[in-house]
Amino acid sequence: MTVNDLIQVAVYLAVLLALIMPAGAYMAAVFADTPSRVTRLGAPLERGLYRLCGIRAGEEMDWKRYALAMLLFNVLGALAVYLLQRIQPWLPLNPQHFDAVSPDSAMNTAISFATNTNWQGYGGESTMSYLTDMLALTAQNFLSAATGIAVLVAVVRGFARRSARTLGNFWVDLTRATLYVLLPLSLVISLLLVSQGVIQNFKPYVDVPVAQAGRYTETVKDAAGHHVTKTVPVTTQTLPMGPAASQVAIKMLGTNGGGFFNANSAHPYENPTPLSNLIEMLAIFLIPGGLCITLGRMVGDRRQGWAILAAMLVIFVPLALGCIAAEQAGNPALQALPVNQHASGLQAGGNMEGKETRFGIAASGLFATITTAASCGAVNAMHDSFTALGGLVPMWLMQLGEVIFGGVGSGLYGMLAFAVVAVFIAGLMVGRTPEYLGKKIEACEMKMASLAVLLPCALVVIGTAIAVMTPAGTGAAANPGAHGFSEILYALSSASNNNGSAFAGLNANTPFWNGLLGACMFLARYPLAIAMLALAGSLAAKKHVPASAGTLPTHTPLFVVLLAAVVIVVGALTFLPALALGPVAEYLMPLH
Amino acid sequence: MGKLFRQAFALLLSLTAITGLAYPFAVTGIAQLAFPNQANGSLILRDGRPIGSALIGQSFTDPEYFWGRPSATTPQPYNGTASGGSNLGPTNPALTDAVKARIAALRAADPGNHAPVPVDLVTASGSGLDPDISPAAALYQVPRVARARGLPQAEVRTLVNRHIAGRQFGVLGEPRVDVLELNLALDTLSVARPRR
Repeated sequence: MTVNDLIQVAVYLAVLLALIMPAGAYMAAVFADTPSRVTRLGAPLERGLYRLCGIRAGEEMDWKRYALAMLLFNVLGALAVYLLQRIQPWLPLNPQHFDAVSPDSAMNTAISFATNTNWQGYGGESTMSYLTDMLALTAQNFLSAATGIAVLVAVVRGFARRSARTLGNFWVDLTRATLYVLLPLSLVISLLLVSQGVIQNFKPYVDVPVAQAGRYTETVKDAAGHHVTKTVPVTTQTLPMGPAASQVAIKMLGTNGGGFFNANSAHPYENPTPLSNLIEMLAIFLIPGGLCITLGRMVGDRRQGWAILAAMLVIFVPLALGCIAAEQAGNPALQALPVNQHASGLQAGGNMEGKETRFGIAASGLFATITTAASCGAVNAMHDSFTALGGLVPMWLMQLGEVIFGGVGSGLYGMLAFAVVAVFIAGLMVGRTPEYLGKKIEACEMKMASLAVLLPCALVVIGTAIAVMTPAGTGAAANPGAHGFSEILYALSSASNNNGSAFAGLNANTPFWNGLLGACMFLARYPLAIAMLALAGSLAAKKHVPASAGTLPTHTPLFVVLLAAVVIVVGALTFLPALALGPVAEYLMPLH
Repeated sequence: MGKLFRQAFALLLSLTAITGLAYPFAVTGIAQLAFPNQANGSLILRDGRPIGSALIGQSFTDPEYFWGRPSATTPQPYNGTASGGSNLGPTNPALTDAVKARIAALRAADPGNHAPVPVDLVTASGSGLDPDISPAAALYQVPRVARARGLPQAEVRTLVNRHIAGRQFGVLGEPRVDVLELNLALDTLSVARPRR
């Protein structure tokens, strides 16, 4: 690890902490029960929307109605994404004349974008029309993220309200998250990205002559059915175009992660400079980090938000440094060859397979850790080509349940489930009824929190078992041996935690994989969100319990360590055996 | 349920129109006014016609050009419509074989050069379109390019040094050399100074 590697991590963390404080305070104002000044500018548009849709903003919903509204809205959204992909050849803004997307792939993408997973089973620049990019993908990036924020706000109200029957109005929370949080931030971020070179236009693809003519050989069948190789000259290069920046901004900000191009944020038109890379990394953690501050403000004790944030950082920082160190050490398999993998003033060195020169090791390793700690799933380097231990870090971060920052909203409500488990364990030790944020944690809360913690774990393990027992599952692995198993385990970890990144060698655009991963994405997102809303509904009805001498304070370093330990123990106990067969085996495997 | 359904449907349509139409059109409008060059792909123009992009690499295999990162796109390298990496795992023998073949090709084009090869010159980029190589990888190729072009090494080295972009703000990312821009400058240099 070089000094500059450390400096880049430090710069990132410093800027991030400076940004999430105002962001968190702003979001607390947006979702306050009493109308606040920050929403004044958009209020006419907001009121107009409610009139148009027959929504009464003051109408409160109990947890069941809130969950039903959320589910309905998301299912309709998924159907719209499916439909748009299937009918894109007959719609405008399709200059490359892309055909309709296949039914299984369109179904997978629809679930993937509605659930905020954004598993990318397709290559954007060769599949999706500009209209599909905008109306289906960009719009769902906003709405799935807004859904996550709305559910989180409702869960926090469950802690904050006393003897209440309702959690707020889903339509209002969704609209406010979109209009006041996601839209303005996306506008700023997309223009910053364009200034760095991310494209934003509606032009057809541009053909340019290449500076040096090339050729490639391809094998074709002749008239008699024999395979013949023929040489194809290459005299031009086709440059893809399209409205990328507007989609990339919300893809990061909403922790969605589905790329405009196949190579995602490794593509120079999607992430052209180290500064655009920093902006994209900041955008991923901005809202999940800011919501911790929002939580503290909404429950009336800011230290509670800081404690959660601290627990996230305690796990995140060492793993980020570990990933960078593993990648900077280079690929052991190349050590015997005359290849220079040492970092110097003239090169990044390290394991550069699948990485871009402008990002090198630090900016790639940090991005990989951020995108998997949050449930973003965008990539600026190919995780499949990471070293065994460097690749273990992103995989394990997903398996921890996407609660280290996690998805917008979903990360924090997942972490709150872990916090409930943590106070329960502490309560068992001292033999008292556990309390959290002034509410008694009883049987109903424990059932829902346990469900939220264990459901993604179960999906990963069961899904992986199904995949490795079926030829259609194992046949998709691109790399031999332990690494092939890692590809399968990574895919299930990604889908079952709504992350969306991949060990992308896995050939997952098949009916089997589209179906299996689609099911995991759906089951991980909605039952978990509904369980958390049920928990919130039960909490909201309770009275506030004033802290007594026997109450475990949940803003102390002790609780930070306890919470981080619970997250790590659950993740380690569940996945160590599987990880031993994948990345650990690959690390220990003697080189031939 | 019926009321909830109507509300869901209407709100989905309205918010989709705002985020899926109004927003991207607004961004496009502002971007085309404020940053027209970047928004349209950072194209390199010669006589008003695009001859490449400063951000998208091209394939170079002739000894008189600097070579870029190996590209895993198919069917040809640096295919702009099919970005992607090799996704070869670190222990995959296919990766080691590919790296060996690339070292052999570099050595065959420059038999006298026995220095270890900078790693980015023999490993495929993530996008397959990486426009850059490290300064080390550019300097490694200077003797070959100078010989193939009949130019003094010092002159080619000076050209490379002029094209090195440092870390952004001195800390972010890595130092790098844009291969297409370097090669276009090299062609201009060769035209100005015909081969000896």
